[in-house]
Amino acid sequence: METIVLRDLKRTFAMGDTSVHALRGVSLTIARGEFVAIMGTSGSGKSTLMNLLGCLDQPTAGDYFLDGVHVSRLDRRQLADIRNQKIGFVFQGFNLLPRTSALENVELPLLYDRSGRIADPQRQALAVLEQVGLGDRVHHEPARLSGGQQQRVAIARALINQPAILLADEPTGNLDTHTSVEVMAVFQRLNAQGITILLVTHEPDIACYAKRIIELRDGLVVRDEPVAAPHLADRDLLTWPENGSVTGGGRP
Amino acid sequence: MKWRSLIIAALRSIARNKLRSLLTMLGVIIGVGAVIALMALGRGSQADIQAQIAGLGTNLLIIHPTSSQTSGVRAGSGTLNTLTMDDVALLDTNAALLQEVSPVIRVQEQVIAGNSNWNTQINGVSVSYQAIRNHVMESGDFFSERDVKTRNKVAVLGKTVANELFPGQNPVGAQIRIRNVPFTVIGVMQSKGQSSMGQDQDDIILSPWSTVLYRLSDGKTVRTIMASAVSETQMEEAKAEIRTLLREAHRIPPGGDDGFDIRDQSEINEMLTRITGTLTMLLSAIAGVSLLVGGIGIMNIMLVSVTERTREIGIRMAVGARPGDILLQFLIEAMILSLIGGLLGILAGVGGASLLGKVMGTAIMVSPLVIFGSVAFTAAVGIFFGFYPARKASRLNPIDALRYE
Repeated sequence: METIVLRDLKRTFAMGDTSVHALRGVSLTIARGEFVAIMGTSGSGKSTLMNLLGCLDQPTAGDYFLDGVHVSRLDRRQLADIRNQKIGFVFQGFNLLPRTSALENVELPLLYDRSGRIADPQRQALAVLEQVGLGDRVHHEPARLSGGQQQRVAIARALINQPAILLADEPTGNLDTHTSVEVMAVFQRLNAQGITILLVTHEPDIACYAKRIIELRDGLVVRDEPVAAPHLADRDLLTWPENGSVTGGGRP
Repeated sequence: MKWRSLIIAALRSIARNKLRSLLTMLGVIIGVGAVIALMALGRGSQADIQAQIAGLGTNLLIIHPTSSQTSGVRAGSGTLNTLTMDDVALLDTNAALLQEVSPVIRVQEQVIAGNSNWNTQINGVSVSYQAIRNHVMESGDFFSERDVKTRNKVAVLGKTVANELFPGQNPVGAQIRIRNVPFTVIGVMQSKGQSSMGQDQDDIILSPWSTVLYRLSDGKTVRTIMASAVSETQMEEAKAEIRTLLREAHRIPPGGDDGFDIRDQSEINEMLTRITGTLTMLLSAIAGVSLLVGGIGIMNIMLVSVTERTREIGIRMAVGARPGDILLQFLIEAMILSLIGGLLGILAGVGGASLLGKVMGTAIMVSPLVIFGSVAFTAAVGIFFGFYPARKASRLNPIDALRYE
């Protein structure tokens, strides 16, 4: 069962007279339940691909099927509904609403949910916060939460609509290594429950927690292979050196 | 998108910047407050004037010769452009729709009492004048029919005259001299205050018309005839009757100029209402300009707010807010901002108006219509001036909005 099918996806940006080809034809298939890391240096086109996958942007050419919906020809309104129903976002900068409690932040997508799938928003929000291990901090505002906790609120927010895919754009970019691994442990646990996860990162240490790695360079896929033996974040956390330096080589 | 959560979100974001929200509202508060206060003052003084006119007697008719009498050339044979006592008698006996008729013979004279003197107006009237003008006696009596018949030299003083000539005394029974003719004061009338035109209605002496006409005036000219119609609802019919009777008596050919003019209080009432109404509208329009400026202030702050919250807009879009949702959110915020301003403005306006009314001594009338109107208007101001910033927010590209620092 394919969740994502990309066929010869192209995205060109017009920069004055010249045009920049950010994606030159990407074809991919991602099945339900996968945990994929998309890697690449800056300028490789991974952010552009992320925006397209997240329905924040439209391809110049090619087809994109998300959960059976041909999304490459939808208008802004329909894209908004797709983002609401099928996609959960996790960003590098957490992107939580300031001065708004964790619970309300998590409930935010349901504010725009017109399907009425979730009968009791607050109960659902509490459930997903529990799922990411923040059941005891639901009324905290982002400023009173640590970076790792904020990112877990963001993950809970991404999960509340029971999306087809969870898109994480450099989710560990603002976190120290230990917290990064903690966040990866959350992702692995969610993936084990059957949630499809796409992770964009430029750090190989983070990518190795995924089950499959896709590497982009100059707008083309140059590598697409399963990870033979993905690291297990929970195990790494158990064996984490007690006095290991956060910035040093403590990463497993 | 749920309305309740929309309104809660808007209130929260207004509460987040209390000082800024208050300053933004200030324009609307002042605008609405000024409109309401001025309207209340205007309507209050209108009501004041109407009440005064009603106090004169709403069935009052005033007949006086038109100025055409001075252009002698126009007077054809048999026309008579002045009013006389014959006209008064004619109306008194023949006009079925008139209740009371009184001549008013007006003389301006220096009045002497003992060693004080005062220049005032002496009106020669008939007994019915008291009823026509609703004069109430403070002390003494009004003169009688017998006084009129015998041309008795009696005088009824207005409050101002009594105070000027007899400070601190009861003038009833005292003597006054008008053009060396001695008059006996037989009564003092209660104060009527200023007229709607600002004249002192108490600076007056009333005497029998016969006395004034033959002893002080030319024995012929009646300046004005005052009459009361039998009913307020038959004013126009009463006027028509007077016109027919007088035209006949003056032998004015059909199509000829009346030579006299009949006014009732409704005309004066209308005129004054129009004047105060125009003034009220003018002042309110000026106040309305400040409301407009207040609206621009809201637009300004909403634009700042959209820029400041670009990232928030990006987040909302990423989790599935449609452009219309964002538009609605900012529109509602602008509307709530201006509505709260409007409500505070109503309080300020009503408070300011009653304060002004106390200071200026005028009546205040806050009409619910004005309050509803200004609430509706402020909501419209919010929508109108909130629309541009809200649309700007809704048109943001989610990718750019998310990356905005």
